[in-house]
Amino acid sequence: MLLVAHVVAALAAPVLVGRLGRKAFYGLALVPTAVAVWALTWTSPVADGTVPTQSVTWIADLGLDLAFRLDTLSWFMTLVVGGVGALVLVYCASYFSKGASGMGRFAAVFVAFSGAMVGLVTADDLIALFVFWELTTVTSYLLIGHYSDRKTSRRAATEAIVVTTAGGLAMLVGLVLLGTAAGTWRLSELVAHPPQASATVVTAVVLVLVGALTKSALVPFHFWLPAAMAAPTPVSAYLHAAAMVKAGVYLVARFAPAFATLPAWRWVVLVAGATTLLLGGYRALRQHDLKLVLAFGTVSQLGLIVLLAGYGTNATALAALALLGAHAMFKAALFLVVGVVDSAAGTRDLRCLSGVGRDLPWTAAVGAVAVASMVGLPPTAGYVAKEAALAALAHDGTTGLVVLVLVATGSALTVAYGLRFWWGAFATKPTVLTLAPDGTQVVRPSLEVPTTLRHPSRLLDVPSGLLALLGVAAGLVPALGQRLLGPHADTYPGTAGHLSLWGGLLGTGLTGLVLGTGAGLFALRGPVERAQARIWHPVSAERVYRRGMRQLDDLAADVTAAVQRGSLPVYLGMILTVFVVGVGSLLLATTSLPTQVRPFDNVGQVALGAIVVVSTVLVARSRRRLKGAIMLGIGGYALAGLFLLHGAPDLALTQVLVETVILVVFVLVLRRLPPYFSTRPLATSRWVRLALGVAVGLVVGGLALVAGSAPVDDPVAMRFPRQALEWGHGHNVVNVTLVDIRAWDTVGEISVLLVAATGVASMVFVSRRTGRIFRSDEAAADPEVWGGDADPEGPLREPPGITAGGQRNAQWLRAVSTLAPRRRSVIFEVVARVLFHTMIVYSVYLLFSGHNAPGGGFAAGLVTGIALTVRYLAGGRYELGEAAPVQPGALLGAGLFVAAGTGVAAMVLGAPVLTSALVSVDLPLIGTVKLVTSLFFDIGVYLVVVGLVLDILRSLGAELDQRAESGDDPAFAQVGVGSAGSGPAGSDRGPAGPSPDGPSRGADR
Amino acid sequence: MSEATPNLTLVVVIVVLSAGGVYLLLERSLTRIVLGLVLLGNAVNLLLLVAGGAAGRPPLVQEPGDPPPETMADPLAQAMVLTAIVITLGLTAFLLSMSYRSWQLHRHDEVADDVEDRRIARLAARDRPTVRGADTDDGLDLDSEADEARDETDEGADTPAAAAARPGAPAGPEPPAPGEVP
Repeated sequence: MLLVAHVVAALAAPVLVGRLGRKAFYGLALVPTAVAVWALTWTSPVADGTVPTQSVTWIADLGLDLAFRLDTLSWFMTLVVGGVGALVLVYCASYFSKGASGMGRFAAVFVAFSGAMVGLVTADDLIALFVFWELTTVTSYLLIGHYSDRKTSRRAATEAIVVTTAGGLAMLVGLVLLGTAAGTWRLSELVAHPPQASATVVTAVVLVLVGALTKSALVPFHFWLPAAMAAPTPVSAYLHAAAMVKAGVYLVARFAPAFATLPAWRWVVLVAGATTLLLGGYRALRQHDLKLVLAFGTVSQLGLIVLLAGYGTNATALAALALLGAHAMFKAALFLVVGVVDSAAGTRDLRCLSGVGRDLPWTAAVGAVAVASMVGLPPTAGYVAKEAALAALAHDGTTGLVVLVLVATGSALTVAYGLRFWWGAFATKPTVLTLAPDGTQVVRPSLEVPTTLRHPSRLLDVPSGLLALLGVAAGLVPALGQRLLGPHADTYPGTAGHLSLWGGLLGTGLTGLVLGTGAGLFALRGPVERAQARIWHPVSAERVYRRGMRQLDDLAADVTAAVQRGSLPVYLGMILTVFVVGVGSLLLATTSLPTQVRPFDNVGQVALGAIVVVSTVLVARSRRRLKGAIMLGIGGYALAGLFLLHGAPDLALTQVLVETVILVVFVLVLRRLPPYFSTRPLATSRWVRLALGVAVGLVVGGLALVAGSAPVDDPVAMRFPRQALEWGHGHNVVNVTLVDIRAWDTVGEISVLLVAATGVASMVFVSRRTGRIFRSDEAAADPEVWGGDADPEGPLREPPGITAGGQRNAQWLRAVSTLAPRRRSVIFEVVARVLFHTMIVYSVYLLFSGHNAPGGGFAAGLVTGIALTVRYLAGGRYELGEAAPVQPGALLGAGLFVAAGTGVAAMVLGAPVLTSALVSVDLPLIGTVKLVTSLFFDIGVYLVVVGLVLDILRSLGAELDQRAESGDDPAFAQVGVGSAGSGPAGSDRGPAGPSPDGPSRGADR
Repeated sequence: MSEATPNLTLVVVIVVLSAGGVYLLLERSLTRIVLGLVLLGNAVNLLLLVAGGAAGRPPLVQEPGDPPPETMADPLAQAMVLTAIVITLGLTAFLLSMSYRSWQLHRHDEVADDVEDRRIARLAARDRPTVRGADTDDGLDLDSEADEARDETDEGADTPAAAAARPGAPAGPEPPAPGEVP
C-alpha cells in the first residue's frame, strides 16, 4: 500500500533533488502527507472499533506473513509519523542552503525512514515488526552520520547504531521466544492471548523491554540520544523527538496490556522510566547548547511516557497516549525553532545568544507556545496529558503515590529547563559570552556586542507554528482526544481515565505546585548550575560505553594475535589438532573397534604395504629433495599395486601414470632448487610435528577401521553394475560411473584440472597465459639446447655440420639437432622414436576401450602426456614443439567444451543433462560400429588431461630451459653455482640438466 | 557386503602414510609440503577404498548379475579415488610451480610468516589500539562536540566569519568545559 509509495519516493529522491534542488522536498513531503491523510480517513472507523488489516504471504514455510493492522495505537502513531514527517520535509526545503551537500542521499534516507516507521507501527507480524525496527535503526544511522566527514558525526552515528542494534537483537530473541511460546507470530493474537507466565516468557518479555529501552533512550542506554544531536536539526526534530524514539514507547504500549502484570515488567519499566525522567531533567538544566537542552529534555519525557504506558492501568495508558501526541508536537516544534535560531545567529550556545526574541518575534512566539505545552500550562495538550497522568496515579494506591511524587518532581524539572530553554534562546540578557581576538572567552555586556543576526526565510516558522498551534488546539478539545485514544487504553485493565481541562482541586493544586517549584528552580538557575558542576556524576554511561568499546577492541586484538599467527604451520597445526580432538573423541566415545579383523586379503598386500611404509619413512626423513621425490614415486607405484590387489585395475593404471608424471614434474622443478632442504633448526618442534603426525595417523586409522567395518546400509554402488549395462551401455562400471552415472562430478573435476594447469602456466609466465611454441625451423637464433657449461669432450666430437649432412646419421627425431651435441643419446632417440607412436596408438585404444575394459579418458590422456614427455626428454623443447604444435590452453578449452557440449546435446535432445545413448552406425568394410555418446565426454576428459601435461612440460620444462640458457633466470645461475660448490651431490648432476635424470627415467619405463 | 572385516595391512599403511604426510605438511619448505600433501592424498585415497568395502573382483560386468555385484570391489569409491588421483597431479604441479616462483623471487621456497599479522600481535601485546577508532577514545565532551555540529543552512552559518564568532569553534582552543571530568 503506502509503503510501496515510500520505497518509490526514496528511490526517486536523489534524482528529484538533483533535478529540482531543495524544492524537491515539497514533492517528497506529499508521501508522508498521504500517509497522514490516509490515517485521517480511517479516524472514525478505527475509533468505532473497526480494524482494517492486510496480509501478504511472505515466507509460507515459516508461517510468516507481511501482515498489517490499524488499531487505535497504530492509527495514532501513523498519524504522528506522517504528519510530523510531512511538516519537517517542508521545513527542510527552506532550511538547507541551496548548495548543501549530500541532499539527494539525505532526502532518500529520510523518506525511507518515514516508510520504515509507518511499517513498524502498523506491522502485525513479529518478524516484520523486527525488520522494520532494524530498518529505522539503519536509516537513523545514516541520518545521524549525514556529515560523514566529521568525526563527531561518525562517532555519534556508530554509538547510536551499536546501542540500538544491540537492543534490537535482544528484542529479536525475545520476540522469537514469545512467538514460539504463544504459537503465533501475529502480534494481535499474541497480545490477546498471552502465553502463561513462565521463566521463558519472563526472559522474553525482559529482552523485548531491553529493545524498547535502547530505542527510546532510557537509562542506562540514554547516552546515544544527546550524542545523536550531531545530526542535522530536521533529523533531530523528526527522528529524535517525534518518530523513532517513540518506537520503544510504541512497543511498550503494544505489549503492556498483555504483560504489565508481570513483576519483572513492572520493575524494569518503573525503575528505568523514573530514573530516566529525573536524570534527563537534571542534566538538561546544565546544558549550554540549545539542542542538548532539548535532547536531555526528550530523554526525560521519554522516561515519563514509557513509565505511564508501561504502568499498566487504563487511566495511565490514556495519559501516556495523550502525552505521546503532545510531546511529538511540542518537541518537534522546538527543534525546528532551534534550527531557525541557529541559522539566524550562527550559534546555539545559550550563553552567547541575546536579543533573538526581539529580532525574530514570530519564532519566539512559536517557541513560547511550544514551551507552554512542554511545561504543562493550561490549556495546552501537554497540560491535559499531565493532568490525566497525575489524576490517574493519585488514585492508584501506594505504588501510585510513589510514582506520583517522582512524576511531579520530574515535571518540576521540566518546567525549569523549559523556561531556561526559552530564556536562553530568546531573552535579552545583560551579558553574553564572546570570543576575544586572542581566542579566550570573555563575558561582555550584551549592548556592546554588535548583533550579527540574519533573517532566515519566514517559511521556516510555518511548520513549527502549525505544530505548536495543533498542540493548543488538541488541548482545547480533550473530549475528542479521549474518544479517539480511548479504545487502546480500554485494552488495559482498570477504570477508564479522563482527559479534561479541569483536573479537580487535587490536580490543579499539584500542577500549581509543580509550576511553582519549576519556576523557582529556573530563578535559581545560576546556583543550580554551579551546584551541578561541583557534584558531577561519579559514573557517566557514555564513558562506560566507550571504555567498553575500547576493551572490546583490545580483546579482539588479543584474540587476533593469539589465533592469527600468520604462520602456515601453526594454522595447519590448529586445524589438525581440532581434527584429532574432535574426530578422535567422537571415535572413542561413540564407536567401538571391530571385533574381528583380517590381517590381509592377499600376501602380496603385505609386501607392497611394507614398501609403501618404508618409502614413506624415507620421504619424511630425506634431506635431499630428489631423494624425497624418488622415494615418493616408489611408494606411489607400490600403492598402485595395492589398488590392483584390491580389485581396482583402473585405479592402478591411473596411479602408475600419475606417479610417473608427478616424478617428471618434481624433477623439472627441482633442477631449479637447491639439492638439499634447508636445515631444520628446532629439534623440539620436530618432535611436536611428529607427535601430531602420529596422532592424525592413528585417528585416520581408527576411521578406516570403523568406516570399513560398519556399513549401515547396502552401498549405493550395488545398483551400479546393472545401471552401467542398461543405461550406460558399458561393461567397465568405474568408467561408466565417471562418464555417465556421476558425470557431473567429472565435469567439476576437469574444470579443476583446467584451473590448475592455468595456475601452473601463470606462475611461470607471470604476465602471459602461455609462451611461444618452439618450432625447429626457428631454432637457429637460440643457443644450443641444454648447452650450459663447457663440453669436456668437445674436441673429440665431429663438427655438427658434417654429422647432420650424412645419410648414415639420419635423424631419429625431427628437432634433435637443436640439442647440444653432448646432450644427445642415440639410444634414447631411437627408443623415443619407436615408443612415441606406439604410445599414442595405445592411448587411443585406452580411450575407446575404456568403456568396457580398464582405461578411459584419464588414463589415455596420461599416456599421451607421457609420450610427449619422452619426446621432450629425448629432444628438448624444439622436439616438444614439433610433437605437439598446439597451445595447451586450446586443448584445455576444447576438452571442457566437448565434455560440456555432450551434456548440453543430450539436454537439447530432450533427455536429462549428460544422458548417454547408443548409436549404431553401419560402415562399409568395417561393419556395424556401436558408439556410446558418452565416448565424446571421455574425449573431452582426454583433451583436458593432455592439456594439463602439455602445460606442465611447456612451462616448467621448455620455458625454464629457455630462460636458463638465455640467462633470464637469475635463479638458475645461483643454483648452478650453489650446486657446483656443494660437494658430490651437486656435481653429479649437470647444473641445468634434466638430461642425467631424464634418460635414466625414460629407460625406467 | 554386510559382513565387512577391515584389512589390517591396509589400515597400517594408511596410518603410516597419513602420519608421514602430516609430519611433512607442517614444514616450512614448500617442497616438503608438496611431498606431504601427496602422501596425505595417497592415505585418503586408500582410506576411501577401504571404507568402500573389502577387496573383490574388478568391477567389469559381462552380463547383468555376472559377476554378482556382491563379489565386486565398490566401483563408486574407485571412481572417486580415480578423480582424486588426477587432481593430486594438478595440485602437485601447481604447488611446485609456486615453489619455483618463490625461489625466483625470494631465493628460498619457505613459507614465511605474515608480517601484518605479526604487527597486530605486537600491538596487542602492548595493548595499543590497532586502528584509530573514533568510537573508543574518550576525547571530547558533549558540549564541544555539539559546537562542531552545524548544518549547512540557507544563511551560510558555516562561513568562516560565523565560525570565528562562536566560542569553542574548531578553529579556536577548546572552551573550558565546566564540571566535566577530563
